[in-house]
Amino acid sequence: MPDLISPALIMVVAALAIGPARGHLRNLIVLLAPLLTLWAVWQVPDGVQDTVRFLSYEIEPVEGSPLRRLFATIFALMAFVGGLYAFRLAKWYELAAAYFYAAGAIGVSFAGDLISLFVYWELMALFSTIVVWSGGTAASRAAGIRYAILHLLGGVVLKVGIEGVVVSTGSIQITPMLAEDFNSWMILCGILINAAAPPLSAWLADAYPESSPTGSVFLSAFTTKTAVLALILLFPGEKVLIGVGLFMVMYGIIYALLENDIRRILAYSVVNQVGFMVCAVGIGTQLAINGAAAHAFAHIIYKALLFMSAGVVIYRTGKNRCTELGGLFQTMPITTICCIIGALSISSFPLTSGFTTKSLISQAAANDGLMWVYMLLTAASAGVFLHAGIKFPWFVFFQKDSGLRPKDAPWNMALAMILFSALCLLLGIFPEWLYQFLPYSMDYQAYTPGKVVFYLQLLLFSGLAFFLLLPLMKRTETISLDVDWLWRVGIPRLNRYLANAMVPLKDLGVRMNSASRNLLGYMTSNYLGKPQTADSEERALFARSWPIGTTALWIAILLSAYVFIYYI
Amino acid sequence: MNERDKTHWLTRASTIKKLWWGFSIVLALTVLAQIVVYVKGYFIVDGWFGFGALYGFICCLLMVLFAKALGVLLKRPNNYYAEKDDDA
Repeated sequence: MPDLISPALIMVVAALAIGPARGHLRNLIVLLAPLLTLWAVWQVPDGVQDTVRFLSYEIEPVEGSPLRRLFATIFALMAFVGGLYAFRLAKWYELAAAYFYAAGAIGVSFAGDLISLFVYWELMALFSTIVVWSGGTAASRAAGIRYAILHLLGGVVLKVGIEGVVVSTGSIQITPMLAEDFNSWMILCGILINAAAPPLSAWLADAYPESSPTGSVFLSAFTTKTAVLALILLFPGEKVLIGVGLFMVMYGIIYALLENDIRRILAYSVVNQVGFMVCAVGIGTQLAINGAAAHAFAHIIYKALLFMSAGVVIYRTGKNRCTELGGLFQTMPITTICCIIGALSISSFPLTSGFTTKSLISQAAANDGLMWVYMLLTAASAGVFLHAGIKFPWFVFFQKDSGLRPKDAPWNMALAMILFSALCLLLGIFPEWLYQFLPYSMDYQAYTPGKVVFYLQLLLFSGLAFFLLLPLMKRTETISLDVDWLWRVGIPRLNRYLANAMVPLKDLGVRMNSASRNLLGYMTSNYLGKPQTADSEERALFARSWPIGTTALWIAILLSAYVFIYYI
Repeated sequence: MNERDKTHWLTRASTIKKLWWGFSIVLALTVLAQIVVYVKGYFIVDGWFGFGALYGFICCLLMVLFAKALGVLLKRPNNYYAEKDDDA
């Protein structure tokens, strides 16, 4: 029986307890539950632990493997540091929802069959929506509804695919497949919606920046990375993913360059980074899968770190646009330094975790002889430095003096950022710490002099491009239209247009309706009579009394006509 | 508050000038390093002298220009959706 209990259930219990608990007890639950989960994650051995029969299916709630443990580890670690960052500021329901959300992610990590995977998947969708709503503004409520609709739609698509696979193969096992029939395409599309892949990628940049400063830290970590895990488990080597990933990489950079909202810059850069992982899953070699897993691990850390620094800035200043910020480094040194470490990591600067993980993906592309993929990924690395590595810290903490002199981060937020900054550097300096836990053993040198020189050239000259092109990068008080325009403006507009186009048709209908009613009225009153007719008045044609002889005559005529027609 | 406190040393023009010089020297060094360090080219071109520097710079230039051009089409005022929501 204990074999059936997923480590995720510890987080579920904690999430349930956060509401009723008060004061120090609640803080204790928030901080201890993820650590307990982390311990439980490492108690799960390889393979399916146990099965339970549900209807006619063999459910496998817990299946261990190095890959699954790696993802569950980073999810639990994220919940701990996120909890540390948030526990003094966030509302209890945001924390509870975030812990349910983390439980969903950890549950997906260990789900041994498609049904368990789906249940945890939907748990994530539900509670991440509540995290978005916890932003508490009208904008966050609206964005939360759009977010929920899209994720429930994604869930339905995934479910259709799962049902199809179960019906056609009779198995609910999670096994690698390729997108070659309707069912597998549906599963792939359902997962890709959660990975923020095109064309439905806009939900991410729409919803995450509307959540609370603490909520966006949790949101940045779980949904897209569980989608990456699901892709690794179900679609390794699916070539479509290479193209999808490259598109995401470029889309993220271009939109992040256009953006003024600091958290929206980071949201687009999530899409960009997940693009690297999706592309790696598409390449599908052992090195590429290692790269996708390692990059997901490192990405959760530095992206949460960046969202944390943005959260501190928004919490301290109440402002979230580049145009309103600047010069904050003077009074926020800890936040600035942590942000720069996160920014260097996302840019895969040598000695940071981004360098030791992202280079695995580029190397996998090079080893496979995929020249264009390699070149585009390299170009994207330069682009990441441009939009996240320099643009984000520059516009928030440096650029001009906005006159704002906010205090630095509160102690718990600072501690959370320092922990993740340290991890970014440690995984960059000692990559083998992470490499040993990757799904496949590999012989890979993260640091060769040639590689370091190449990346330093690439990144530093990207930096030069940034400062030379600074006049072109001046932030404007604007947003950029994305695909969500379709459902926020396009569909309502089409609706109104169609309603207007229907007006003449409606008039015609009204006229025809009244004409036919007049005709019917005339006929009834003429032939059947008015509702009340005085005895003295003559009744209408069919309502009169007729002599028997006339009736008999007509019957005779009709019968003769019938006999006549019958013989013809 | 005296004059020194008003302008942070990092924001002074003289510091920025020094930073530019320092940065330029580092840039030059990363390219010159290729004289002594062998950079393996997986597809020939990426092993050329200074390829990383040129490629990084040109890619960034193109991305910024492309984003700028796309911005003409896609940028809207901050309250764009708020107004639309009122319409509906």
